[in-house]
Amino acid sequence: MSHIPPDQLSADRLTGRVPDASGWLPEPGTGDGSLSDDPAVRAPLVLNNRSVHEITEIVCGYCEKSPGRWWLPLFGLSATIAGVGQLMILYLIITGVGVWGLTNQVDWAWDITNFVFWIGIGHAGTLISAILCLFKQKWRTAVNRSAEAMTIFAVICAGIFPGIHVGRVWMAWFLAPVPNSNVIWPNFRSPLLWDVFAVSTYATVSLLFWFMGLIPDLATLRDRADLRLRANPHQARLPFTPFKPDQLRVYIYGLLALGWRNSSRHWMRYEKAYILLAGLSTPLVLSVHSIVSFDFATSILPGWHTTIFPPYFVAGAVFGGFAMVLFLLIPARELFPNMKDLLTLRHLENMSKILLLTGMLVGFAYAMEFFIAWYGGNDFEYSVFAFNRALPIWLHEDGAPYWWAYWTMISCNVLSPQVFWVKALRRNPLVIWIVALLVTIGMWFERFVIIVTSLHRAFLPSEWHMFYPTWVDILTFVGSCGIFLTLFLLFMRFLPMFPIAEIKAILPEADPHGHGHGHGNGHDNGHGNGHESEGH
Amino acid sequence: MGILGIPSKTDFGFRTKDGAVVHGVMAQFHTAANVYHAAEKVRDAGFAKWDVFSPFPIHGIDEAMGMKRTILPWIVAGGAATGVTIAVLMQWWMSGVDYPLVVQGKPYAAWEPFVPITFELGVLLSAFSALIGMLALNGLPRWHHPLMKNERFLRTSDDTFMIVIEAGDPKFQGEETVAMLQSLGATHVELVEE
Repeated sequence: MSHIPPDQLSADRLTGRVPDASGWLPEPGTGDGSLSDDPAVRAPLVLNNRSVHEITEIVCGYCEKSPGRWWLPLFGLSATIAGVGQLMILYLIITGVGVWGLTNQVDWAWDITNFVFWIGIGHAGTLISAILCLFKQKWRTAVNRSAEAMTIFAVICAGIFPGIHVGRVWMAWFLAPVPNSNVIWPNFRSPLLWDVFAVSTYATVSLLFWFMGLIPDLATLRDRADLRLRANPHQARLPFTPFKPDQLRVYIYGLLALGWRNSSRHWMRYEKAYILLAGLSTPLVLSVHSIVSFDFATSILPGWHTTIFPPYFVAGAVFGGFAMVLFLLIPARELFPNMKDLLTLRHLENMSKILLLTGMLVGFAYAMEFFIAWYGGNDFEYSVFAFNRALPIWLHEDGAPYWWAYWTMISCNVLSPQVFWVKALRRNPLVIWIVALLVTIGMWFERFVIIVTSLHRAFLPSEWHMFYPTWVDILTFVGSCGIFLTLFLLFMRFLPMFPIAEIKAILPEADPHGHGHGHGNGHDNGHGNGHESEGH
Repeated sequence: MGILGIPSKTDFGFRTKDGAVVHGVMAQFHTAANVYHAAEKVRDAGFAKWDVFSPFPIHGIDEAMGMKRTILPWIVAGGAATGVTIAVLMQWWMSGVDYPLVVQGKPYAAWEPFVPITFELGVLLSAFSALIGMLALNGLPRWHHPLMKNERFLRTSDDTFMIVIEAGDPKFQGEETVAMLQSLGATHVELVEE
């Protein structure tokens, strides 16, 4: 009784090739059905009455069928950009950091800007997975898998920059506490070394978390391929290889699924491990960007030497990370069939509200830095904020040549999310996407402002230098965006973009107490043994 | 000989007509609620080697199956303690003993700067022990299992639910166990060979 491949009709409905005939219509005035304003009504997390089987078909369909004509050109383009980025890294390594625009004064510029930018983006994934998991926010299931994937790819991009900016890259292993021929150990009192540990721990734990979430879904992909192979053992082989496509799926997904077989005894420990990892990741995600901010805050440079940095950096990381999630998923929602059933307008609205909140936290931090620079009475610190950042050079002869960077940051990060006060705007995917793009740009400028405007004018005017990026600087950054997008496109093509098992578990039919009882009865009873007597 | 053709127990365990060793009986259910209530009955019948298979974790199934709490949190606590110990000893020995370095005139082995790395290593080893401990307690990775030969069983990763009672269970009684599973509302009961 193999039911796979699904009969063509169902497959057509599921891939969106024929209009949906399930007869489900959203309530009037609730957008796609998820936007009820009645607080007593719980918004549906999955639209269109999708059944457990349909969730499997939809999500697995994304990795089993061709995603459409857009994928390959986009992948080719981003892989080319990634290739250019790698050539820039190679050029840097074989020539030296002089190919960048760094000077004796501005010795950190785009490299560390890019590092902090990417590591910040990498924070939304763990935040969504871990913190929203601990708070039992069920809507996280719509975005957590892709946000976790994005986290890992962003951390990969982030890891490139500190690695290559050290100059002699072949000495980068000096960062690790391994015995070397000089019989010296790294300096554990340096925040730069803390950073090495924080970022590598974060990368590893995020990867473990992501992989653990994938195990049951990989098993689903394995079993589907296995069933198809049993139903039709004479599949055509892939061109130029001895493998049938489903054979390859059984091998690769099967190897990665570690033999998962959906046992409840396994699920029980799995859920415990998941909640433990969530509990561990929550302080971890807060610690990582705090430690990144120590790189700056523990120095004595005016503009960096600020106690507000750790919370300010963490808020900024959440802000930038959510913006990137929205930036990637809103187009994906249009491109993949049926994705709107899983990622509803309510999900987008929730994330817009987080953008609004964290955007204002960041805005508060900007204001507070300024206030303390004035109130603290330190001339150097005040000069950095007033004359190196905010006051345009065309208003005052000592004003900031980088005023445009500062005001780009303020308009993108503080002003643009304010549109989300209007309900209609925070429910409009195009508006959200534009704000997400602006926030992503603004967050890059935030790091540029912090790093370059503080460094370019140190204590002595004779040290004052402008920073100008070279073409290598620019192409390395653009290349890192290519690496990120390439990895994300591969993820969308070959791995389940949604946590299949977790989405199934939040469907109404997954509730063992909700069926066959009066409405809502089971919920009130909790799950004691009381329902045994109620009969079926 | 009954519905599934399981003869009674021999000295070599349960066998099919063809002499294959019986792994157990698999009963299919179509909803989470049905399998949940059936699991409560199987638990009350006193079986030990049995399991419920479902495409997602069913809320409260641990109680319905009478599962004991897992020792996983203790394994993770062990991982955390190991990570913290390694980090403290490493930093204290490297900075304070083997290579004392004057940095801003601070004491060589002051504990304050050691906090971030101690925390990070504690989290790192706890995370590894959570994943590896979970897999080890589950007996994974194990890339083959008798149940995986069964086509119907593979649908548990899609949308169906199974209760499997193993033939090695002391209470397993062949046809009587099959009849019990059918009375619990199973839509299909099948024999699984080892």
